[in-house]
Amino acid sequence: MLAQVTHILGLAGVRRVRMLPVAGRVLVSTGQRVHAGDVVAETQAATRHILLDVRRSLNFQRVADAERAIQQHEGERVQKGDVIAETGGMFSRIVRAPDDGQIVTISGGRVLLAVESKPQQIFAGINGVVTDVYPERGAAIEGSGGLIQGAWGNGGMVGEGLMVTLLKAPEDELKRTDMEVSLRGAIVVAGYCGDAEVLRIAATLPLRGLVLASMTSELIPVAQGMEFPIMVLEGFGRVPMNGAAFRLLSTSDKRDVSIYSAFNPAGGERPELFIPLPSNGEMAQDTAYFAPGKAVRIQGDPYRGKTGVITQVRPGMTVLPNGIRAPAADVRLEQETQVIIPLANLEILE
Amino acid sequence: MTSVVDADSLLAIDIGSVNTRALLFDAVDGQYHFLAAGAAPSTWGAPFFDIGEGVHLAVTRLQEITSRPLLNSENRIQIPTQPDGSGVDKLVVTLSAGRDVRILIMGLLADVSLESARHLASTTYGTVIEAISLNDTRRQDVQLDAILQANADLVILAGGTERGSTRSVSKMVELALLASRTLPSDKRPRIIYCGNQLLAKKIQEVVGRYTEVQVTPNIRPTIDLEDLEPAQDTLTRTVTSLRGQQMGGLDQLSLVSAAPITQNANAMGRLMRFLSELYDPIKGVLGVDLGASSTTLAAAMGGKLHLNVFRPMGLGAGMEGLLKTLEPADLLRWLPMDVTPSDAMDYLWQKTLYPSSLPLTTTTLAIELAAAREILRRTSDQMLERYPQLNMSFEPIFAGGAVFAHAASPGQALLTLLDGLQPHGLTTLFVDPYGLMSALGAVAPANSLLPVQILESGAFQNLGAVICPVSSARPGTVILRARLVFDDGNETRVDVKQGSLVPLPVRHGQTARLYLEAQRGTEIDPRRRTSGGFKIIGGVCGALIDARGRPLALPEDSGKRKETLLRWSQVVDSRRQA
Repeated sequence: MLAQVTHILGLAGVRRVRMLPVAGRVLVSTGQRVHAGDVVAETQAATRHILLDVRRSLNFQRVADAERAIQQHEGERVQKGDVIAETGGMFSRIVRAPDDGQIVTISGGRVLLAVESKPQQIFAGINGVVTDVYPERGAAIEGSGGLIQGAWGNGGMVGEGLMVTLLKAPEDELKRTDMEVSLRGAIVVAGYCGDAEVLRIAATLPLRGLVLASMTSELIPVAQGMEFPIMVLEGFGRVPMNGAAFRLLSTSDKRDVSIYSAFNPAGGERPELFIPLPSNGEMAQDTAYFAPGKAVRIQGDPYRGKTGVITQVRPGMTVLPNGIRAPAADVRLEQETQVIIPLANLEILE
Repeated sequence: MTSVVDADSLLAIDIGSVNTRALLFDAVDGQYHFLAAGAAPSTWGAPFFDIGEGVHLAVTRLQEITSRPLLNSENRIQIPTQPDGSGVDKLVVTLSAGRDVRILIMGLLADVSLESARHLASTTYGTVIEAISLNDTRRQDVQLDAILQANADLVILAGGTERGSTRSVSKMVELALLASRTLPSDKRPRIIYCGNQLLAKKIQEVVGRYTEVQVTPNIRPTIDLEDLEPAQDTLTRTVTSLRGQQMGGLDQLSLVSAAPITQNANAMGRLMRFLSELYDPIKGVLGVDLGASSTTLAAAMGGKLHLNVFRPMGLGAGMEGLLKTLEPADLLRWLPMDVTPSDAMDYLWQKTLYPSSLPLTTTTLAIELAAAREILRRTSDQMLERYPQLNMSFEPIFAGGAVFAHAASPGQALLTLLDGLQPHGLTTLFVDPYGLMSALGAVAPANSLLPVQILESGAFQNLGAVICPVSSARPGTVILRARLVFDDGNETRVDVKQGSLVPLPVRHGQTARLYLEAQRGTEIDPRRRTSGGFKIIGGVCGALIDARGRPLALPEDSGKRKETLLRWSQVVDSRRQA
């Protein structure tokens, strides 16, 4: 059976495709080395328009007359005060641009002017090399290093910096007193967070990124309002960090890393921590099937966040202790205990 | 013996947001039967972005279960059936997977045509992200900015009574045209025009130069008449097409499908409309599908369908729609154990991250069932608010979704439905354990015999007959005297008190005649006469009289509340254990 995959890898090849939602300008070229925070492509999205009704303003009866009076063309840029249309003659009446902008369309004797826009940028998200460029849209970046994927992220932000692991044990809680000024500019790895003030202090330091084992769901709106990337490895509630991630993060303390807090599961975007390494790893595979010997992480109390190895995929349906029937597997936990878990609650760790 | 059915075997593929299911039907001895189902995770999202792998795995699983080869040597579905018995004759496909369709609604008056456009939008898997009407006081360029920033996939443009003035509608059309011209060609929303037909041709000509325009009959032909049904098919086709652009594999599947790919909700709606013509037209039938991303309520009376899709509102990713407005106390009141508000909320938020995960403990199962009750309560309230001519006295009620299909016991499913929907009067509740509703709805227009025979075959689980009288009497007062007469002449009498949930001694499949005598002004059923008695058939939970009152009130005291919840659970499961 097809399984959900989460990457917790000490060394892997990673390929990430970054694309703009609309056509724009690609700023990188094939073979170029990029950092996680580099802008790969950008576009300008118009956010405010002004509609100038030339026909009505100049009192034309017919649309054709109004359009003859319009002095500009679609796509042209205009400055505030520029003439948009004029009647001509000795006492010419004039319509002027009320602001700087670009003429988007001219239709029905009306001129639509885009007067404000904001840049839309996409970032590399990992350190690596540009391997493909998609004209007007984006690029593919390939890198090599350690990769840890999270369960939740606060949305599309990138941070790069020195990783500082505050975690002494997987079940540690991040407290206000842990947020020392020496952490300024770091990407901090910590355990459970249940205090909104901790996130606020992190923002004031500021941190360049925060990796949490888990977080109370009450902090979701607070985290979403932060302007630095936050990723949560296990999810919501007080859950210790899984053993595989704990070991990898503990042994990677003080390395330069990058964090990308995108969260769009259906679109294939998950939050990630990337630890660039000079060696080349095998490409991380995004698909896997349940089979004996596969390392898994468990979802759902009472085993939530625990990791183990599948010893048997059970045939047919299995009745769980609470009466629910589901396809299931036998999983050997790290402490050599054997448990029966529905396949729907297992993620393969690759 | 001559077969009374066209002896076609049928494979139905249902692509859900979490799971893809393959369902096999075939004619045996002149009767259609449901044979088996195979399921696999859906692969419309990352990393596949193509439904093909999920379909292939589900059909492969079905092959294993039935030992009937359904895929040919090229791993494609074998159509038609081969002389060696492999393959199937026909394929139908239903779909609920995919990203939400972002819908902009435009109409003349906010409480007339715009409201009808909103109702139409609520019949599909979409979210209304912007609404513009003549009542809108924003400047036209501000409205335009709102349209452009809405990033809509689809515009539903309504307005103007039939043969009425076209001037105001033209103004709306101008705005839609301006937006279309402004956006890059690959970002222009499609338009469904369902207003005054005098303008239809012109709109198709002018706006059709910039984007795809579909015209449907006017959904508000007169000021006091709303008729959504003719536009629903067009909307379904458009939404299916938009979703086909998001995911690979749908086009290939549609090439071999015997009918156009249908949205799951519309297929279920079609089945309910079909059934409403077979059952009592006064009572009407209700279909409920509580999915991972959305919840669908399809109410139909005498062939008239009221379809409602609530999204995001489900027990997986759609949980977010509930959690954003849920007071933890509303959830906790359904739990017969102590759970902190933060633990309950954390569990449900986690469910949005792992929508397919199952509750492993009694407590987490209770939390999910509590969420299911709240979803049913909210969506049914909204449906009744939207369609005031309906009330919750449907018979029968069909329920689908993993929470019911895989419930730990039928009693658990029944109690969740009763607590959530809070029906009035006489009803029978069925669970769809194999997820057949949408498949039967998809095939109904081409083969009306198949759904009827499948329903009669017992593929749906009859939970039981339930009588829900409504009374304003004080708790503990006798509101109903019931006399149950069995086929062998034996009879049982029960006095039913306000606030109680009373099991009737009817076994699964057993029939009996029930005579009810209302006390103290109790209303037994708002739509059906019950004098002279009526026949009931016991389901897996037997039969019940639910006199707990409407709306259902739980004791304020925490201890009493938990005791009450446990007692109700024991009542619904008592018949099965007997």
